[in-house]
Parts: sequence; structure tokens; C-alpha cells
Amino acid sequence: MDFFHVLVVLLESTIRVSVPLVFAALAGLFTERAGVFDIGLEGKMLGAAFAAGAAAAVTQSVWVGLIAAILISVLLSLVHGYASITQRGNQIVSGVAINFIVAGSTVILGEAWFRQGGRTPALAEGARFQIVNFPGADAIREVPILGPIYADLLSGHFLLTYLAFAMVPISWWILYRTRFGLRLRAVGENPGAVDTAGISVIWLRYRAVICCGILCGFAGAYLSLAMTAGFVKGMTAGKGYIALAALIFAKWRPKNVMFACLLFGFLDALAIRLQGTPLPLVGQVPVQLMQALPYILTVILLAGFIGKAIPPKAGGVPYVKER
Amino acid sequence: MDNIAIELRGIDKSFGPVHANKNINLKVRKGTIHGIIGENGAGKSTLMSILYGFYQADSGEIVVDGRPITIRDPNAAISAGIGMVHQHFMLVENFTVLENVMLGAEDSQILNKGIAKARQELKRLEKEYALEVNPDALIEELPVGLQQRVEILKALYRKADILILDEPTGVLTPAEADHLFRILGQLKAQGKTIILITHKLREIMAITDEVSVMRRGEMVATRTTGETSVEELAELMVGRRVLLRVEKGEGTPGDVKLSVQGLTVKDSRGVTMVDDVSLEVRAGEIVGIAGVAGNGQSELLEAIAGIRKGTSGTVLLNGQSVDVTGHRDPAALRARGLAHVPEDRHHVGLVLKFEESENAILGYHNDPRYLNGVFLNIDAIRKDAEEKIAKYDIRPPNARLKTANFSGGNQQKIVLAREMERGPDVLIIGQPTRGVDVGAIEFIHKRIIEMRDQGKAVLLVSVELDEIRALSDRILVMFAGRVVGERSPDATEGELGLLMAGVEGRKEAAE
Repeated sequence: MDFFHVLVVLLESTIRVSVPLVFAALAGLFTERAGVFDIGLEGKMLGAAFAAGAAAAVTQSVWVGLIAAILISVLLSLVHGYASITQRGNQIVSGVAINFIVAGSTVILGEAWFRQGGRTPALAEGARFQIVNFPGADAIREVPILGPIYADLLSGHFLLTYLAFAMVPISWWILYRTRFGLRLRAVGENPGAVDTAGISVIWLRYRAVICCGILCGFAGAYLSLAMTAGFVKGMTAGKGYIALAALIFAKWRPKNVMFACLLFGFLDALAIRLQGTPLPLVGQVPVQLMQALPYILTVILLAGFIGKAIPPKAGGVPYVKER
Repeated sequence: MDNIAIELRGIDKSFGPVHANKNINLKVRKGTIHGIIGENGAGKSTLMSILYGFYQADSGEIVVDGRPITIRDPNAAISAGIGMVHQHFMLVENFTVLENVMLGAEDSQILNKGIAKARQELKRLEKEYALEVNPDALIEELPVGLQQRVEILKALYRKADILILDEPTGVLTPAEADHLFRILGQLKAQGKTIILITHKLREIMAITDEVSVMRRGEMVATRTTGETSVEELAELMVGRRVLLRVEKGEGTPGDVKLSVQGLTVKDSRGVTMVDDVSLEVRAGEIVGIAGVAGNGQSELLEAIAGIRKGTSGTVLLNGQSVDVTGHRDPAALRARGLAHVPEDRHHVGLVLKFEESENAILGYHNDPRYLNGVFLNIDAIRKDAEEKIAKYDIRPPNARLKTANFSGGNQQKIVLAREMERGPDVLIIGQPTRGVDVGAIEFIHKRIIEMRDQGKAVLLVSVELDEIRALSDRILVMFAGRVVGERSPDATEGELGLLMAGVEGRKEAAE
């Protein structure tokens, strides 16, 4: 296999594994920019993946699966919102609670409903997302350089993959070019300014949390309806946390979020690729080390290489009117 | 009555057992500047929050332009033409001026359309009211005075006719405050009605047309400013006669207790904050350091107190050298007879979540008389706190109350009691009466002079020039980190003002 081919395969799988990260990190972007920290991305994604797998298995419809994923994820977001916005609870505790509840309940419900050890039944073709092939992809595959780039890198992904990457400029546009975005960023920095300007802080933050729920729904649906054919227990495997790391790494900016997710995705793809393959000089690298790399990288880079990542000023602080 | 812009009728508001506003009646005439004065906790802010829709009154009526209205939220206040400049600015720091002004008053869902219009409108307002500010500047990069200007522009952009300013000069330098008053005069000339909330009598006398006085939740009097006096207003505020000018006999300076030679302090960015400062404080003497905030006074104080490292120079305490450039050890300094009342009592002087009695021993908690072996002797601590409460008239007299629940003046008394009652040789005090009401100011000033008369050496830093002049035996003026001149307390305000602005000092230093 020549180097170019290896690279294309590697990048292709980078894109594949980056999609849930992009969705989840953008989801986190919306809530955190509004001042609600969300460590529960992982739980929401997992809940959505389960809802998608279960609903698609029962109805044999990928779209019902997707809608179920979004509904469940938004519902979990609203729980987090109720705890942290309305009840002014601790946002970290609420997020962790959601992660635990979902991790446990998906297995219990999966076992009770489907009796396959916490899995949902394998999905038939019609009940999952299909690969989208661009016109003429097969025809030009053999063209050197451009052919594989077009046919394997650009074409041949799921609808949700394209949506994920489209969401990057869309999120940017929403945050920086709309009234909603201006207010959302303001409420994460100084909710007092928003309140005194005659805008409801609570409603604004709820809307941000709902945006987060929708995007996490897509992330979860991608896992169980596109990447694999059905839900497997614990299938998010820490992706929510990686997304959170990517978000911090990206200093809460949409474009940076995409590149951070692609970088982490690339490391993930590399880890899979290098599994069992000895490297020159170092020999065989334990796969666990590769899996830990995104976190190690975040810590190292945050410690000094990318400068200070300043979170939204009002992040994590429930809004209480003065006095 | 056509010329009444806003009228309050029988406003009443309680927070649980606290009766914050009692049957308040107020009329503000159109096109005037109406001052509302009162001590901290008199209910001024609550009243204004009701006007701006932050709280609802339990009963009573608000009449704007002759029409009774209900103000349920800030939105209703804005549409009634009421704008508010808050004490703590309600600005998004990493937004531009334009974005801050637009926020909440955007024209459409998509920003682009509104931005051009907002920019135009902002330009018009700037011109009309002489309020220049770069619309594309980030708030965090603007000085405080300009940030306040943005707040005023925000209100004007929302077409406010009635402008409420809550303690607007608290964060401003004297020059910035003067500028603000000129702006307010301009706004008044354009027909705006301005309500100015403050506890500074001088401001009231300087720019208001009428003044209403609040005391303990009640509106006790309304006067035409031209027909009243500072003394009368102070008496109305406090409910008894207040000495505005502290009585002070001649001092009898003794030995040098604190000596600072060539002290230089750099901040974390390497900027020189204190530049080769030398000074001496003798026993039985109050040395006041005047200066506009941010000219190195805070850093000087912190370096002497041992909580900030000096870059070079020497400090002698009681004739013995202090390691000012090396290891910081405020506890050791305290043991050697230095007491420090920090400028920022909320963050440095007190732990607001602690009980009063715990704060009363903060930093002295290892003193054997508060200990029972390795444990704290709670009974001794409370007893000690109660003695201080009685002596310093700290109200409410409850040693077990959370410190956050005391008013600013009483919190300051807690710090003063702790530091003064140790019988220190040298007392360094920063901003002793910042955010403190008139009644407590009188008490605190008396205590400081008593300390001097007991033969303590007192180094006082304050941005309130009146305070410096009233208390000091000698006045040093700091500008840009240097001591630019020494004057006697008889020096005129103008003379000191020139030094503070760095005008006179340069000449003097050159000579």
C-alpha cells in the first residue's frame, strides 16, 4: 500500500470518528457560551444513541430513530436546565448525575425490552443511515490523486456527516450574526447586562440548552444508526468528554471546535490503524496510550502552548438577581 | 401638574422581615437633576430597582408623565422611557461598544441589518450629547469613565427620558466624576430628567436641583438644593447631628516607627507601580498619602504590609529591617507590631461567609488566648468579639451573624476593631471609609485620631482628598508611582489637586 492510499484511508476514518465529536462539541458550545456548563454531553449522547437504536429497531424507520434520539436528548437537556437554571443547582453535579442515570438506565431498559444483554437488535438496511455517494464517484475513483479524494474523502459518507460539518459554519452564523447569538453570548458573559436590557435570562438559557439537546441527539443517532447498526451499551466510550476537551481546546469558537475534533478524531483513527503494527524505533505502541493521547494533548497544550483558554465569564454560575 | 416626570405614591416593599421601603412618596420634576441621598441600607437602591422593574412594590403606584403604570420587568421600564446606569456596570466586557448598546434593542433577528442603523444612531447620540466613544472598541479595553459613558449611551439609545444613576462616581477618579457631571448638565439642558443616587453630600450640592433624603426605608425630606446645606442633609440622613470635620488637636510626633527607603515595586507584568518611594512615619503622627486611584498607593501599602513583594528598597519597622524584597510573611510583621487595614475589606480583610466572631480573630487565631490546646476556644473568641462589638458599636450586636449580613460601615468596624485592639505600634490603613455611611465615617475618623493620640504611627491611604486633609498631620502626594510632593494639611485642595494630576510635581522633582 502506498503512502497516499494509507493517508486517504486514515483521513476517511478521521472524518468518520470526528462526526459525533463535532456534533457534541458544538452542542456544548451553545450551552457553555450561554453560561451553563455541561459535563453531561456524554450522557445525552448515550441516551440519544439508545433511543435511536430502540426506536429504529421497533419501527424499522431511521427517521423515527433520529427523532427519538433528539427528543430524548432534549429531554435530558431540559432536566439539566431545570436543575441548573431554574433551581440554580450545581451544574457539574447535575451533568454527572445525567451521565450516571443514562449509563445505567440504557442497559436496564435495553435488557428489559430486547433481552440481548443491553444491546438493541441489529438494524436492517432501511432502519439505518445509508452512505451517500456523489454522482460519478465510482467513475473517477481511478484518476490519480483527485479520484480517491473525491470518491473516498468527499463522497461516501452519511447524511449526518455532511450535516455535522455544515453545522460548523451554521453555528458560527447563529452565534455571531443573529440576534439570538448576540444575546446568547452576552448571557454567558454577564447575565446582568441581558436582564437589564429587558431580556429573560432564564428563557434564553433554556433555548441554548435545547440547542445543545438537539445537537447531542444528532451525535447519538450517528453512533447507533450510522456508524454501527444498533445500540451497544456504553457505546459513547468517553466521546462526550473528548468533545468537552475539544471545546476547551478550541476556546469556545466554532471553527476551532471543528479542527480540534478533527485532530482528536485523527488521533483516534491513528490509534486504530496502529493497533498491532510496530512502529520504527519505538516498536509496538500500546493502544491505551493512543487512546489517552487526546486527553494528554489537551492538558499539555492548555498548559501553555495555545495560550489561556478563557471560559465564558458567567459559566457555571446560576443567575440570581442582585441583593 | 404637567411638569412632573415621575411620581411615586405610597411605595412599600418588604423582603421578609426587612421593611426596605416604607410608604415612599416622591415627585421628580421634568428637566431637573433630582438627588436621592441616604446612608447605605437606607433603601435607595431598592426604590430604584422597583422603578426599573427588578422588584415589584408590595403596594403603591408609579406615575410617569401623568399616567399610572405598572413596571413588571426592565422591559416595561424601558418602554416607559426609564433608563438606568447601574453601580456595577451591566456591560458585556468582551463585546464592542456597539454590540453592548444594541443588546436587547436589536431591530431584527439577523444582526447585519440592524448594525448599520445602530451605528448611525450611536453617532447621532454621540454628537447630540457630546459623548464620544469608539463604537468598535472592546469594553474591557476602555477606562471606567468611558464604560460608564457606554451605559449612558445604552439608556439614550433606548430613548430614555428619565435617567437613573446609581452611585455613579464610586468607581470614578475626581476628574472623571467632574466630566460625568458636565455630561449630566448637558443631558439636563436637553430636557432629560435625571435621578442621581449617592451617599456623597458634595455631589448632591454640586449638581442637583432638588434632593430627597432617605433614612431607614423612609423618605424623610425633600429640599431645594439651593436652600439647604451639607450640615442639614447630613443630619437628615443620620437622624442626629454629625460632625463632618473631625476635631483634632496638635500631634506630638515621637520616634520614627516606620521608615521606607527607596522602595520600588513591580507588578506581575513587570510594570513599575511604586518607584523609589521613601517616607517616614513617626509615633503619634498620621501621614496621609493622597493621589488618584491607581498611582501606586495600593501597591505601596501591600508591600509594606508584606503581602506584595518589593523589587528593591528597605523598610524598617521599629528600627529593625523588614525583608521587603524576599520572603513575604505578613504574620511575622503582625507579631512585630504592624497592623494592616486593607483597602479591599471584602476580598482581603474579611471572609464574608464567616461569623463575625471568626473574622474578629482572622490572622490572630494562633494567639494562645483564643486557643485551647490545638483547638479553638470558641467561648473566648465569642467573648472577645462581643467586647469589640460593644466598644466599636458594631450593629447588629451579634457575634454569630454572618459577616456578609453586616452593612459596609459595620464590616469596616469589624476589621478596624481586629487590627486596632491588638495595640500595634504601626497602623497602615487603606481607604478606611470606602463604601461606609456618614455616621460610621465619623466614628472611624475619631478612632484613627485616638490611635494617633495613643502614640501609634499611622500611615493612611485614601482617594478621598477630604479625608486625607481632615486626618493627616502630613500629606504625601503620589503620582505615577512616585511621591511627588509633601504638604501640610492646610494646603488648599487646588494645590493638592495639581500635585495629584502630576502637574506641579514634575516641576518640583526637577528642581
